[in-house]
Amino acid sequence: MRKIWLNPGFWLVLAIVVALGAWPIFQQDAAARETGFTVLLAIVMASSLNIVMGYTGYVSFGHVVFYGIGGYIGMYFIDSLGLPLPVAVLFGGLSSALLAFLLGKAILRLRGAYFALATIGVNEAARTFVANFQPFGAATGIELQFSVYKAYGGALQALWLVYYGVVGIAIFSVIFSYYIKTSKFGLGLMTIREDEDAAEVIGIVTPNAKTWAYVLSAILPGMLGVLFFFKNGNVEPGDAFRLGFSIESLVMIMLGGQGTVLGPVLGALGYQRLRGTLLTSDLMIGSLPLKDFQLVISGFLMLLIILFIPSGLVGWLRQRFATLRRVLA
Amino acid sequence: MTLILQVQAVTKRFGGLQALTKVTFDLAQGQVLGLIGPNGAGKTTLFNVINGVYTPEEGRILFLGKDVTGKKSYELAKMGMARTHQIVRPLKELTVRENVIVGACYGHENHDLISAAKIADEVLSFVGISARADQLAGSLNVAQKKRLEMARALAARPKLLLLDEVLAGLTPSEIDGMVKTVLSIRDQGVSIVMIEHVMKAIMNVSDRLFVLDYGQQIAEGGPEEVVHNPKVIEAYLGDPQMAQKLMEEG
Repeated sequence: MRKIWLNPGFWLVLAIVVALGAWPIFQQDAAARETGFTVLLAIVMASSLNIVMGYTGYVSFGHVVFYGIGGYIGMYFIDSLGLPLPVAVLFGGLSSALLAFLLGKAILRLRGAYFALATIGVNEAARTFVANFQPFGAATGIELQFSVYKAYGGALQALWLVYYGVVGIAIFSVIFSYYIKTSKFGLGLMTIREDEDAAEVIGIVTPNAKTWAYVLSAILPGMLGVLFFFKNGNVEPGDAFRLGFSIESLVMIMLGGQGTVLGPVLGALGYQRLRGTLLTSDLMIGSLPLKDFQLVISGFLMLLIILFIPSGLVGWLRQRFATLRRVLA
Repeated sequence: MTLILQVQAVTKRFGGLQALTKVTFDLAQGQVLGLIGPNGAGKTTLFNVINGVYTPEEGRILFLGKDVTGKKSYELAKMGMARTHQIVRPLKELTVRENVIVGACYGHENHDLISAAKIADEVLSFVGISARADQLAGSLNVAQKKRLEMARALAARPKLLLLDEVLAGLTPSEIDGMVKTVLSIRDQGVSIVMIEHVMKAIMNVSDRLFVLDYGQQIAEGGPEEVVHNPKVIEAYLGDPQMAQKLMEEG
């Protein structure tokens, strides 16, 4: 179970993400690149949340907080301190990890629904705090000077640079996710998911394991936050801490299959595909355009998944066809 | 003779309920202590106190000569204590082998996954469920789950093993198999405390018996001596002299 490079499941999930990331680069097409941004962001958010939710069994509605905080810190470093983007990205990831560490110590002792509720509180608290925090521009946020992009060879060049960064992080996120799942640490997390009290009796230091899972899930969203807000040129509290984004990440994981490596990737792809179709649809329901119903439909979808295939697409396939277990990580 | 476990005047209360009152006993290295008593006597509570799930209000617990009162379960596991649960707790979505690997990985020997997998295969064949190794633990039947629970505890290569009703719900032939397993664990030098209701089995296995009733120890000693103790018979069956007393009074 340790030899990653011998496992077809690892190569399958890696190939999917590499292919997705490489497609716009070969096309050299701006529209394909924007789609790539959206899908890869979704993959990283879902994959990283899966470490806490799928492996450890703690449902978090506050995953976007790490994206937002990382983004804010990075933007602050670029805008006020004039640091280069890669350094800002690194600091974005580190600050999210630090926040996760402190939060983990405080709220990971809560279990089940109580933890989930606390994470909603964290999300709202972070948003309100940043919206009133002057160094971060309070309610108006941080806006980059256009001249910042000159250092990267102009805005167009900077966009592609950011894209390469996002592809790199997305590829790393699935390798990371696979590595954790097949490690001793990951086995400990899954033991906590199955039965936390039994895990303690077996000898797993549950407070530490949970905190580390939380920290590891926070790093990549923090890094991505910096890249995305740099690309947008501005960051506002409402964009950085959008509760809906956390919920969408949950839906993606459940759609694809929680606790699997491939599940969040397929879930993210499927969900973004559906969302794209709905948003560009001309269909009308009565006098209302269908595209206004995007969240209604994802809510309904989640209900159906929970009722009929609680283990998601990959989980269902694994249960149904035992031979697929080797291929579907 | 070294003492592996010393329980000294342990008292545990839940609100107004006195679950354990000044319970005291020692367990010598390599011995089997049978813990018996009627339902609700506090046997599992005593396990939970020894195992660090609950902290006692009074008294001390010494494991390997060190005071471990109030230590967490995982700290005790790292010192070499393992237990099984009365109501089995398989990690349902993991395979049987993975369940046992967890035990070996996180016990006091702290194995990596590769050596843990070797230990898991040994232990699974020792308890006789290696044919099920790749099944999900949730798909096992009760007897197999009991064996899995035991395998997971054994994979930690514990110095002290707490067995909570591993025979309950098994058929007579399954009980015979399990008793043999317990004896061979003891022969490997593991000290055992076991809670059991199947009297014949526990009399055969135990070096000593310890009897709890309403959280108090009412008897302790060799199996034969204890089962003929009037207090023990009274706890289980009511007062044996009651009829006679009533006659005399009448």
